[in-house]
Amino acid sequence: MLDIFNYSFIIRGFEAGIIIAIIAPIIGMFLVLRRYSLIADTLSHVSLAGVAIGLLLGINPLITAVIASVISSAAIERLRISKKVYGESALAIFLSGSLALAILIISFAHGFNVDLFNYLFGSIVTVQQSDVFIILALGLIVLISVILFYKELIFVTFDEESARVSGIPTKFINIMIIILSAFTVALSIPIIGVLLISALVVIPVVSALQFKKGFVESIFIAEGISIFSVIVGIFISFYLNLSPGGTIVILMIIIFVCSFILRDNK
Amino acid sequence: MPNLDHKNTILELQDISFSYATDEVIKDVSLSIHKGDYVGLIGPNGGGKSTLLKIMLGLLRPQKGIVKIFNQDINHFKDWQKIGYVAQRNFFDASFPATVEEVVMMGRYGKLGFFHFPNKIDQKKVHQALQQVEMTEFKNRSIGDLSGGQQQRVFIARALVTEPEMIFLDEPTAGVDAKTQKQFYALLEKLNKQLNLTLIFISHELDILAHQATELGYINRTLDYFGDPKEFLKGEYFHELIGKSGIHH
Ligand SMILES: Nc1ncnc2c1ncn2[C@@H]1O[C@H](COP(=O)(O)OP(=O)(O)O)[C@@H](O)[C@H]1O
Ligand SMILES: [Mg+2]
Repeated sequence: MLDIFNYSFIIRGFEAGIIIAIIAPIIGMFLVLRRYSLIADTLSHVSLAGVAIGLLLGINPLITAVIASVISSAAIERLRISKKVYGESALAIFLSGSLALAILIISFAHGFNVDLFNYLFGSIVTVQQSDVFIILALGLIVLISVILFYKELIFVTFDEESARVSGIPTKFINIMIIILSAFTVALSIPIIGVLLISALVVIPVVSALQFKKGFVESIFIAEGISIFSVIVGIFISFYLNLSPGGTIVILMIIIFVCSFILRDNK
Repeated sequence: MPNLDHKNTILELQDISFSYATDEVIKDVSLSIHKGDYVGLIGPNGGGKSTLLKIMLGLLRPQKGIVKIFNQDINHFKDWQKIGYVAQRNFFDASFPATVEEVVMMGRYGKLGFFHFPNKIDQKKVHQALQQVEMTEFKNRSIGDLSGGQQQRVFIARALVTEPEMIFLDEPTAGVDAKTQKQFYALLEKLNKQLNLTLIFISHELDILAHQATELGYINRTLDYFGDPKEFLKGEYFHELIGKSGIHH
């Protein structure tokens, strides 16, 4: 049997994968409970446009993906608050618009040397050492922000009006949730791929919610599911030569189905 | 009767008008509420009771008029821990993962401020508030698993745990069984009399309000009556209203 840890790219894949496995369900919990999970899908497509821009300009595509994702997330939130466009329509415009932009750039450049397939479906090979540092740094920002603003985040998610009457700056907290989502989604691109990110953000959370526990406990359950799926998924994908993103998401779906059945039999 | 200190005005509306779109929902409303008042607000459905309450809380901004709370313009008000709010329909979904204890603890969050986390004192206050509404045994239950009446009691505990000077309640007993309702009114009376808590209370139960409240307001776009509840019941005006809008008594 091949020794998995002899390959440095596998080590990088594990490092990046575990960081993402930790932050995705935390952000996912807030997005799912606010009925806003569609934003993860939208931001992942925006990130693809960012990747295309990075490849075109010869900049690290992870950096351009993060920038594109953060700028768009702020714009989406402004549109939502202005109420001039329905929240969901704003998401649809950004999703299709950035996909169109990505395709234009790719066809303009007559394809790229880098396999775009890797960015769509994720690949461990895509993760560079510099990517691991970026993922670690921004991942820590996400984690620390959530810990520092935990009280405000949970109150605003549960009941925004009462939170406002308690003196919590709800606008600031709303924009924070969305920008942290933008970081999380963009960081997941290299390993999970554009098309599967929302699964990573949503499925462990929805599975954890089946257990009907408190908030803190539910986050830990979602964390367990997420980290388990990512680690086991990377192992399986390496030995069976499968796409890591696809393997991880299928594992998560199996766990979701089990939790669903467990709940119904309770 | 509790001691009413009518010099100590803590909430004042001056000439408030408000519309969501084009129709004026609230028109030229002025009133003063004093420390220790127990204000009952009644009126027909769609008469603007909830809207007026949200204006008092700064959740909606009136197009005309001034809201002063604790002698401060509401737009500059910062002392939110003096206020508790129990909304009309506590909009949350039954699968929201929060225990009763976690929900009540939220009432401490605004008070704690950024970067401070709940400690033993906050824990104790939460337990006291749960005792006051007799929900201690449910503290580890998921909020979505409780009945409507039990959920309302939890939200009242959340308002109490802030240790406010004034609590706003928007039809908190809607959909609650008669026995719980009675207990609930007894609790409000106790809070008002013993803690001198100011209450602003929207309800349909005119009978009970007439006995407990110190002031009664009738809102149907304009504030048609504001004053002694017993006078309101006596007045011919009241009978006229019952004929017109069909409030039951
Ligand atoms: N968010 C809103 N947008 C537009 N109209 C509203 C909104 N909320 C309430 N209204 C309208 O304002 C009027 C007063 O409503 P409300 O204050 O809820 O009355 P009440 O609480 O006395 O039943 C009603 O005609 C209602 O349809
Ligand atoms: Mg109402």
